[in-house]
Amino acid sequence: MQAETTGRRNAVPTVRGRRQHQYWLLDLYGSAIGKKAVMAVTGIVLLGFVFAHMTGNLKVYYNDDGESLNHYSEWLRDVGEPVVPHEGLLWAVRGVLAVSLLLHVHAATTLTLLNRKARPVAYKGGRKYAAADYAARTMRWSGIIVAAFLVFHLLDLTAGRANPDFVSGQPYQNLVASFEREPVAAAYIVANLLLGMHIYHGAWSLFQSLGLNHPRFNRWRRGFAALFAAAIVVGNVSIPIAVLTGVLD
Amino acid sequence: MRLTLKVWRQKGPSDEGRFETYDVPDANEHMSFLEMLDVVNENLLAGNRDPIAFDHDCREGICGMCGIVIDGRPHGPKKNTTTCQLHMRNFKDGDVITVEPWRANAFPVVKDLVVNRSAFDRIIEAGGYVSAATGSAPEANSLPVPKADADLAMDAAACIGCGACVAACPNGAAQLFTSAKVGHLGLLPQGQAERWSRVVAMVERMEEFFGSCTNYGECEQACPKGISINFIARMNREYLKAKFKDSRKLDRGTLGDA
Repeated sequence: MQAETTGRRNAVPTVRGRRQHQYWLLDLYGSAIGKKAVMAVTGIVLLGFVFAHMTGNLKVYYNDDGESLNHYSEWLRDVGEPVVPHEGLLWAVRGVLAVSLLLHVHAATTLTLLNRKARPVAYKGGRKYAAADYAARTMRWSGIIVAAFLVFHLLDLTAGRANPDFVSGQPYQNLVASFEREPVAAAYIVANLLLGMHIYHGAWSLFQSLGLNHPRFNRWRRGFAALFAAAIVVGNVSIPIAVLTGVLD
Repeated sequence: MRLTLKVWRQKGPSDEGRFETYDVPDANEHMSFLEMLDVVNENLLAGNRDPIAFDHDCREGICGMCGIVIDGRPHGPKKNTTTCQLHMRNFKDGDVITVEPWRANAFPVVKDLVVNRSAFDRIIEAGGYVSAATGSAPEANSLPVPKADADLAMDAAACIGCGACVAACPNGAAQLFTSAKVGHLGLLPQGQAERWSRVVAMVERMEEFFGSCTNYGECEQACPKGISINFIARMNREYLKAKFKDSRKLDRGTLGDA
């Protein structure tokens, strides 16, 4: 707990110093509301990616020994040629995603530290929650676990380091080989359930953070978040289950 | 009715504090929670012991002075109710009731259940006012206010500044309080002159003392006046809009350092 005060009769402990003038974009990010807006916008970018990633992966269900999925994966590398170089757009998108993720994590971390300072003492007699659901209260944990899973996922199916049967350019064969390992499939399922919980709160919360609030569509926001989370979970979790049950091989 | 109270006792800001248990054999279901505490205090005084310190003033649910966490909920188990309007009929004979003060870095405990809520005054000082011409009062009907705006402003103006929103927030954020003030003044024609500078000044003053909003919605549930978190979204929108405006037009030099 900081013991700074405003130097007035009624001294009040602060959590941060008085703001200094700076370039407006940094100034905006310096405020907690600005950071939440950044989390919302980067969240939208990441939601867009997660949705596209899930729908793209549904090509496994053509059940054509992966021809469609492998072709789609080649297209992701060729798209834009010859105007942009090979894999040019792919790396541009990866860049945007990496920056979004870093900003999202940085804002979340700094805000969490601020909030710990603002509420350093817990209720000694316990507290009851009236509105905050499990998903909202575990955002930090679901976020950290999904981020850790992301590292494994990239090593497993993008770089291939965590997948002994990995063959570059054959994503279908790689994912089947990976999901046939039961603990790995279980990890994918758990991580996607946590991702769904994270989205359930995040896809609603972003409307509040950006001030997108209107009586006409307010009641749709919860439903949108629930539907989006459900679509991601069902789409993504179905693939390891399909491999484990032998629907895909 | 017979009750057992576990009350937070803390001699002063630097005291560690602890729960002390009191047997209340003579509580009446028609008493308010504060009247029940009055009875406990009379018994303590009769036994030459230090009475429990708690804040109160109007005891009509409109001043915002009272406010304690009862059984893990600010202002207790009943919705849209201040502690002074919470009657003992909401409890059962034999209940064990835990009572402790608001917990937030910005609300240091003064004594027992009394906290210092001056941080709210600092936020109001930063921009919680309107410019008014001095001299004789203008004709009342010369400033038309759309009915919908008047109603919405009134919803926000219902805030009594008790601090239950901060007490309920796991982040110790004061978003609901500040957004009620920003919403109330920003919706009315009298508040337009400082509309953009106000939201910037009040938000940035707030952030010196309080945490950030993670949209739990606990504040809305704890608010004795039922103020909606829609006002938080409105404040976020107005703050972000103000930040995209030319800062020289926002008069931050005056308001921000007030």
